[in-house]
Amino acid sequence: MEDMLFYDRMQFAFTITFHYIFPQLTMGLSLMIVYFKWKFLRSKLDKYNDAAKFWMKIFALNFAMGVVTGIPMEFQFGTNWAKFSELTGGIIGQTLAMEGMFSFFLESSFLGLFLFGEKLLGHKLHFLTGFLVFLGSWASGYLIIATHSWMQYPVGYEILENGRYVLTNFGALFSNPWLLPSFLHNQMGSVITSSFVVAGVGAFYLLNNKHSEFGKLFVKTGVIFGLVSSVLVAFPTGDLVAKNVVKHQPVTFAAMEGIFETEKGGSEIVLIGQPDVVNKKLDNKIAVPNILSFLTYQSWDAEIKGLNEFDESLYPTNIPGLYYAYHIMVGLGTIFIGLMLLAAVQLYRKKLYQTTWILWTLMFMLPFPYIANTTGWYTAELGRQPWLVYNLLKTSEGISPTVSSGNTLFTLLGFIGLYILLGLLFLMLAGKIINKGPETAQQH
Amino acid sequence: MELFWYIVLMTMLTIYVILDGYDFGAGIIHLFFAKKEKDKKAITNAIGPFWDANEVWLIASGGVLFFAFPTLYASSFSGFYLPLMMILWLLIFRAIGLELRGQVHNKMWESIWDKAFGISSLLLALFFGIALGNVVRGVNLGMVTDGVSTHEPHYFFLPLWNSSFSPHAEHLGIIDWFTLLLGVIGVVALTIHGANWIIFKTNSDLNEKLKKVVFNLNSVLLLLVVVSLFIWHIIEPKPFHNFITHPWLWIFPLIAFSGLFGLFKVKSFQKHGMGFLFSSLFLFGGLASTVASIFPKVLPSTNAINPDLTLYNVAAHEYGLSVGVYWFVIAVILVIIYFTIQYRVFKGKMDDVGYGEH
Repeated sequence: MEDMLFYDRMQFAFTITFHYIFPQLTMGLSLMIVYFKWKFLRSKLDKYNDAAKFWMKIFALNFAMGVVTGIPMEFQFGTNWAKFSELTGGIIGQTLAMEGMFSFFLESSFLGLFLFGEKLLGHKLHFLTGFLVFLGSWASGYLIIATHSWMQYPVGYEILENGRYVLTNFGALFSNPWLLPSFLHNQMGSVITSSFVVAGVGAFYLLNNKHSEFGKLFVKTGVIFGLVSSVLVAFPTGDLVAKNVVKHQPVTFAAMEGIFETEKGGSEIVLIGQPDVVNKKLDNKIAVPNILSFLTYQSWDAEIKGLNEFDESLYPTNIPGLYYAYHIMVGLGTIFIGLMLLAAVQLYRKKLYQTTWILWTLMFMLPFPYIANTTGWYTAELGRQPWLVYNLLKTSEGISPTVSSGNTLFTLLGFIGLYILLGLLFLMLAGKIINKGPETAQQH
Repeated sequence: MELFWYIVLMTMLTIYVILDGYDFGAGIIHLFFAKKEKDKKAITNAIGPFWDANEVWLIASGGVLFFAFPTLYASSFSGFYLPLMMILWLLIFRAIGLELRGQVHNKMWESIWDKAFGISSLLLALFFGIALGNVVRGVNLGMVTDGVSTHEPHYFFLPLWNSSFSPHAEHLGIIDWFTLLLGVIGVVALTIHGANWIIFKTNSDLNEKLKKVVFNLNSVLLLLVVVSLFIWHIIEPKPFHNFITHPWLWIFPLIAFSGLFGLFKVKSFQKHGMGFLFSSLFLFGGLASTVASIFPKVLPSTNAINPDLTLYNVAAHEYGLSVGVYWFVIAVILVIIYFTIQYRVFKGKMDDVGYGEH
C-alpha cells in the first residue's frame, strides 16, 4: 500500500512537472506573439511580423509537446486516482470537462489556422487567430486552477453518506477566494518564463553578432515584459496567495516559512537555513527580524503561528521539501526583479545592448524561471499534503484500489524513458530553430 | 438527465472515432502504400492541420465522462490501466512522428518518424477496436474469485491477456479472440476510412490505387462484420432484445450496411467526398448498433454476483448534471462555429498547405 501510494505520487509528479515545462512557455509566449503581430499591424514594419513568425515556430514545437504530455494528465485521474475521481468527479469533473470543451477546442481549431493560414487569411484575421489561441491557453490555465483551488479550499459541495462529494453550488467554484489570486500569480509566472526566453535568445544573438536587429527587439521586449511580470508575480498576486495560505492553511504557512516556534513581538523572515525537523529548528539560519509579520499582516509585531502550535498529525508530510520549494521560488523571484530592473534602467539610458555582462546574465538566466515556476507549484502541492482535498480527503485514500504497484512502476518507468526521449528531441529542435534564427520578409 | 449525458457522450465518442479515425487510417495508408515522398507529403498535408483538433474530441469526451459518470470513469480507467497507458504512449509517438518529421531534412530522420507515425496509427486502430470488444464482452466486476468479491462491486483490473485468449475464461484478459476480431475490424474499417479521406482531400497520384484498396478491403470488412454478427450471441446472450422492443433502432444497422454496400461503388463516384461519407455512415451505424444492443449497460458484469454498470448507477448527482447543460450548450455552439471556420478555410484539396515545412 505504501509502495503503491509512492509510485502513484511519483508518476503524477513526474508527468505533471514535465508537462508544465511547455504550457508555462506557450501561455506567456502567445501573449508576446500577439503583441508582435499587433505592433506589425500598427507600424507595418516587417521586423515585427518576422519576429512573430519566428516565435510561432518555437510556440508550435512547445504546443505539440504540451498536447502530447497533457493527454496523460487527464487519463491519470482515472487510471491512478480512481477513488478520488469516483468521489469528487461530480465536482472537479465540471471544471476539467469545461477545459476540454471551452479551451482545447478553441486553441486547437485556431492553432492550425494561425500556423498555416497567414496567406489564406490576411494579416488582420491572422492576428485574430493568434489572439484566440492566446485566449484558449489562458482559459485552460484558469479552469485548471479552478480545479486546483477546489482541492486547496473546497467550496459549494456536500458530502453524502456514501462518502461522495456532490456539487451544490456551481457559481462557488468560480467565486472561490483561492482562485483569482492563484490564477493571476500563475499567469504572471508564465509571462516571466516567456520574457526570459525571449530576452535570453535576444542576448544570445547580440553576443554572437548574429541577427542583431532581432536581438535588440527580443531583448527590449523581453526586458519590458519581464520587469512588469516579475513585479506583478510578487505583488499583488504572490502576496494575495500567501495571505490565503496563512488564513486557510496556517500550518502549511509555518512549514513553508520555516517557523518552528511562534515568536513574541513579531516573526522574522528566513532567507537561508536548513530545516531540522527532528530537533525542530533551522540550521545556519540567516533571517531579518519582524519582516514576515509586516509582509503578512502589515504590522511589525503581529503574531504568526509557528509549527509548535499545531498537532504533528496536521503537519505537511514533507516539511523540508516544502520549505526549499518555497524559498527557491521566492529567492529566484527576487533575483528576477533585480535583474530586470537593472536591465530596464540600462535600456532607458540606451546602454543595454552594449552592457555585455547584463546580456550574458540574461542568457544564462533562461532556465531559472522554469525552476521558479516548478518550485512554486511544488509549494502549493506539497503544502496541501497529506490531503488531496484539504482537510477532507487524504491522498492515501484517493488511489486506484485494483491497480498493483508493479503495474504503476512499469508505467512510471515507461513515462520516464519516453519523456527523456521527448526532452532530448525538444532541446535539439528548439536549439536548431534558435540557431537558425528569424527569417526576414525579403528572404521569403 | 443521465440519458441526456449518455447520448452526449456517445455522440462525442462517435465523432471522435469518425474524425481521428481518418487520421489513424491515413497513417496506415502512409505505412503500407505511400512510397514516394510526394505521396507522403500529400497524406500529411491532408491531416496535418486537423489531427490536433480531432484528438481534442477524445480529451473532451474524457472530460464529459469524468464529470457526468464519475463511477464509470474511475472503474474503467483503473481497470483498463495497461491498455490505456499504451494508447497514451502510442498517441504520443504518433503525434511526434507527424510533427517532428519535417523539422530536419535527412532521409534517416524522415524514415524513423514515418514508421513511428504509421505503426502507432495501426496499433491505435487495433487497440480502439479491442477496447470496444472489451466493453461489449464485459469484465469481472468486483474481481470475483470463488464466488466472492475481492473489491468494491464496481472495480476490476484486467491483464493484457490470459493464457486461453478466451472471452469466457474466469480470469479475463484485454485481448482474447473476440476482442481481437473487433480490433481487426477496427483496423480494416479505419484504413478504408483514411483512404477515403485522402481521396477526398488530395489530388495525389495514389488516389486511383486507393480506390482499388478501398474496394478490396471493403470485401474483407463485409466478411468480418458478418462473422462477428454470427458470434455476437456468444458474447451477448440477448443481442436483439432492444431491437425487438424498440424496432426504430433498426435504423442504425441499416445505416451501417448502406455505408458498407455503398462503398462497393467507390470506383464510379463522381464526387471525391462520397467515399468518405459512406465510410462515416458505416462507422456511425456500426457504433450506434453496438451501443443500442447493450443499452442501458455501459460495462457488463461477467459474474452473477455484481450487477452490470448501467448509465443509471454510474452517473453524477442531479444538480451537477443539470447545471452542466447550460455551459455545455454554449460550448457546443462555439465548437460548431470553430469547426465551420476551420473546415471552410481549409476546404477543398490540401496539397499546397505546406504542413510540416520549416
